[in-house]
Amino acid sequence: MALEKSEVTKIAQLARLHVDDGEAEEVARRISDILELINKMQAVDTANIEPLSHPLDAVQRLRPDQVTETDRRDELQKIAPAVEAGLYLVPKVIE
Amino acid sequence: MNWETVIGLEVHVQLSTRSKLFSGTATQFGAEPNTQASIYDLALPGTLPVMNREALRMAVRFGLAIDAEIGRKSVFDRKNYFYPDLPKGYQVSQLHHPTVGRGSLTITLEDGSERVIGVTRAHMEEDAGKSLHEDFHGMTGIDLNRAGTPLLEIVSEPELRNAKEAVAYLKKLHSIIRYLDISDGNMAQGSMRCDANVSIRRQGDPELGTRTEIKNINSFRFVEKAINYEVMRQREILEDGGRIIQETRLYDSDRDETRSMRSKEVANDYRYFPEPDLLPVVIDDAYIEAVRAELPELPDQKRERFVADFGLSPYDAGVLVSSREMAEYFEQVVAICGDAKLSANWVTVELLGLLNRNNWEFVDSPISARRLGDLIARIKDNTISGKIAKTVFEAMIEDQAEVDAIIEKQGLKQVTDSGEIEQLIDAVIAGNPDQVQQFRDGKEAVFGYLVGQAMRLSRGKANPAQVNQILRDKLK
Repeated sequence: MALEKSEVTKIAQLARLHVDDGEAEEVARRISDILELINKMQAVDTANIEPLSHPLDAVQRLRPDQVTETDRRDELQKIAPAVEAGLYLVPKVIE
Repeated sequence: MNWETVIGLEVHVQLSTRSKLFSGTATQFGAEPNTQASIYDLALPGTLPVMNREALRMAVRFGLAIDAEIGRKSVFDRKNYFYPDLPKGYQVSQLHHPTVGRGSLTITLEDGSERVIGVTRAHMEEDAGKSLHEDFHGMTGIDLNRAGTPLLEIVSEPELRNAKEAVAYLKKLHSIIRYLDISDGNMAQGSMRCDANVSIRRQGDPELGTRTEIKNINSFRFVEKAINYEVMRQREILEDGGRIIQETRLYDSDRDETRSMRSKEVANDYRYFPEPDLLPVVIDDAYIEAVRAELPELPDQKRERFVADFGLSPYDAGVLVSSREMAEYFEQVVAICGDAKLSANWVTVELLGLLNRNNWEFVDSPISARRLGDLIARIKDNTISGKIAKTVFEAMIEDQAEVDAIIEKQGLKQVTDSGEIEQLIDAVIAGNPDQVQQFRDGKEAVFGYLVGQAMRLSRGKANPAQVNQILRDKLK
């Protein structure tokens, strides 16, 4: 299964990645190679195998519902580019 | 042309845990901006999620309450999208293996009939922060206090047929989460948020019409209005030969209309994949049974019990159990006065009227369940009549004294002394010779007038049954 250049452009846009027009062809080829590998893997008979959502054979550890974090706003806002009235400022989001 | 409406609701319920879903940050409502946003919620590099045990328990509680399949193994996924109030660039959610699978709940319609509505699933996810679009020198302000708060997204089957059913479903859901104590369900504060998927089709058409999604409707009333508006809008388009565009719309309560929210956006493609930072959450039967054992009595069960044990009508019982606070208040009143029917009337008519007029919740009531129980007990033992009780009730709003003290203070005690009542009646007979004659000539209707005169003379305090009896004896 080969990926079109236009699909690479769309995926890059969704992932907010910058892919130069010149690069798109090469990226399409490389992703197509990966898809090819996946196709090969799809051919393996997995009828008797449990689906796997995580490579580790372990289950999630749960924590008690306790507040363990303290307010470190001042410290954290020092590394933000712009803050005001306790808010983090970002370029205007237009709907 | 007959049209059929098809509605499905997606309801986000904020779970009332103390800390966030994947971090130990506090979740209190109304805190100063970003004082409840720790390194985890800000997605600083190197931070990893650890799941809150209580949030899981709450989700399972809900699942059991709606008789749903419980996911023995739930898996978290990343839902990827970019928005400044989502610092990680993805929301941790559950796509294929939610904690709560298919279940159902029963709604009661206005005519008293019932319908079972399917719940497709309820999955756990984290909330995003808030964007404040007021002008900060041309920039947007971000408050991440809410980021990471646990949500349960409850998705209904597209089985609701009109706006009223949608509201009934939402109210039932609200009642269940309040009984379960898993959320405060406050729609105004956003702890319960509703999106509605609405489409219409010609009667009998097997295919569903194209749907629109109305986002973030923040009151029961607006749910009804937003759906009604949207149905009307779609009908006008289709009847004019147009086509519905699948899109997200926003309900504007000021103008009572829905309008398109995102038009230029490319079709959503969230590129879900299993969250590699979280392992599957596995629960066993013992866990599920332990959670089940802790379930409180739910609204439907309570209603059945009120009908069976107290002899209430299903309608009255339904009104009483619709809110957990009201049901608990009612039970306290009954426990004191021992008369369920009188209690139901006083709670649903007088007390509820008082609370609604003042926009009060049950916790704000100036009349406690114990005092209302005392008041009804005084009607039962003939200390006061039902009519005088309303006067006492009014006085109790301002006066926190005990019921007996108020009756005493205002001199409202019922007159049951037959000598005293006889005197009253003698006076009425002497003062109304014409009516007395009419009655004796066979005009029965005049009797009520004479009773009224005697009651008025006693300023409502005479025992009405005794007045009737003695008057009739004297007129013989």
